[in-house]
Amino acid sequence: MVLFEMNLNFNNIKKITLDKTLALDCGVELNGFDIAYETYGTLNENKSNAILVFHALSGDQFATETNTVTGKDGWWSYAIGKGKAVDTNKYFVICANVLGGCMGSTGPKEIDPSTGKPYGLNFPVVTIKDMVSAQVHLLDYLGIKKTLSVIGGSMGGMQALQFCTLFPERTFSSIPIACAASHSAQNIAFNELARQAIMADQEWDGGNYLTSGKIPRKGLAIARMAGHISYLSEQGLQNKFGRKLQEKSDLKFSFDADFEVESYLKYQGYSFVDRFDANSYMYITRAMDYFDLYKANNGNLSSAFKNSKIKYCIVSFSTDWLYPTSESKKIVIALNAIGAEVSFVEIVTNNGHDSFLVNEPAFFNTLRGFVDSAYEDFKNEI
Amino acid sequence: MKFEDDILSGLIDINSRVLDVGCGDGSLLLHLKKNKRVDGRGLEIDQKLVQESVAKGLAVIEGDAEKDLVDYPSNSFDFAILNQSLQQFYDPRKVVNELLRIAKSAIITIPNFGYWKVRLSLLLKGTMPVTENLPNFWYNTPNLHMCTIKDFHNLCELDNINIIKSISVSSGKIGNIQKSNLEIKNLTSEIGIFLVRKS
Repeated sequence: MVLFEMNLNFNNIKKITLDKTLALDCGVELNGFDIAYETYGTLNENKSNAILVFHALSGDQFATETNTVTGKDGWWSYAIGKGKAVDTNKYFVICANVLGGCMGSTGPKEIDPSTGKPYGLNFPVVTIKDMVSAQVHLLDYLGIKKTLSVIGGSMGGMQALQFCTLFPERTFSSIPIACAASHSAQNIAFNELARQAIMADQEWDGGNYLTSGKIPRKGLAIARMAGHISYLSEQGLQNKFGRKLQEKSDLKFSFDADFEVESYLKYQGYSFVDRFDANSYMYITRAMDYFDLYKANNGNLSSAFKNSKIKYCIVSFSTDWLYPTSESKKIVIALNAIGAEVSFVEIVTNNGHDSFLVNEPAFFNTLRGFVDSAYEDFKNEI
Repeated sequence: MKFEDDILSGLIDINSRVLDVGCGDGSLLLHLKKNKRVDGRGLEIDQKLVQESVAKGLAVIEGDAEKDLVDYPSNSFDFAILNQSLQQFYDPRKVVNELLRIAKSAIITIPNFGYWKVRLSLLLKGTMPVTENLPNFWYNTPNLHMCTIKDFHNLCELDNINIIKSISVSSGKIGNIQKSNLEIKNLTSEIGIFLVRKS
């Protein structure tokens, strides 16, 4: 049953094929890979206005303007654009689809050159580190030695942190938003629920659904629904839906969607399956689960950022229970301990983890203030 | 630039590392960054003021000094500034000692409850004093632990804290407070400014 159908157009995806070898964390060497990306604004003469934006789990390279695949607005249109907090009249914004993604970058949906078939589960398990390393090749390709800032929310924030640990010389500033330096047991549990939902769908076909012409819609939709609940706050859900009924005046004593919140979740779930690849969802959630900057630094988070002169702005949201303020504060404390230049703001809001994606003026003020002041310093330094 | 900020700035060494606790909109930190080339950090509880500070290019953390100072490593700053907020803490004694754990020197300013107008107001009116430096009524004041210049001197003695400089401010005039003139300065000063170090 197809509940929602979108007209998707994958023909206008811009990508580069990098003739490089990427040594992945899992031990596999990826010989040559594609990075699909978009840019917004214009790179200035001394290349001091480049900002690399990292997308989250369900995001893609279409950070703003129109997503040419779905025809909808880019996922961060509220924050990025002409006259917006990250002003594309002023800055050159780059956003790439992550390695393992499904919007044109090399991932489980793409054709494995050694078999001529989609990779499926033959695709190597990638990590946040692998994703970031791949995108640095894009910066090289674009001729950008040092970005003004690297910015991202949720998994994008993890990439922003990882970027600073791996390439401290390649960015002037960093804005990790609504994220953590490692995935908690609760984070992993939610992701496992999502993966189990996908794998429980017969249509998933052991991961070979693309070859066998199937699509695990139900599994992926349920995965997305579970995720969506975790992105919102209890108060946010209550305010938006409460116990309102869906186009009916009374309970129907059945299991159809009586409540508005049920119908909303169904929409969120099933509208996702057309644009997103189920295996890609599995790979990306795995990459997030493996993210652990504590372990990578023998338990000492501070040492991950040692010897960097990067200016940090850490942002959390008061009702985000997926990546709560306490996780951001751990990062702030670790950065403080090594005397890093770090700012931190907790935005008070009802919008939960998703706050960074919606219209949140206090957040945008912080973002704009930090980026603009960083630019004033950086353009004189470069 | 406020008059007191100029005095505070005069106590800070060039190129030093400074933590401004309760940095407000960051104007003092910005002044210190420009004029004393300090490596400055701020801590501020009010989110709007944090945003204003961040927009000035300052590294400011939103937080509550009462809870968050504990997370700062020892001896990580040359100066810690606490401007007109000591009286607002639940445990001001602990805060003073925390500042001196984190920084080599602390600069602390207080509205002096020993100022003659304050004393007279309580004596004659029989109500809690409301003055230029203490503008709120008893029921809406953020001040929990009002103290006098003499009280602060006594606390320093109790906790083995060296008072390097003790400055009085009254009607835009500044003066030095010493043991010999403590009683009179405690009566005539609106504000006390102290540069202190751990013994």
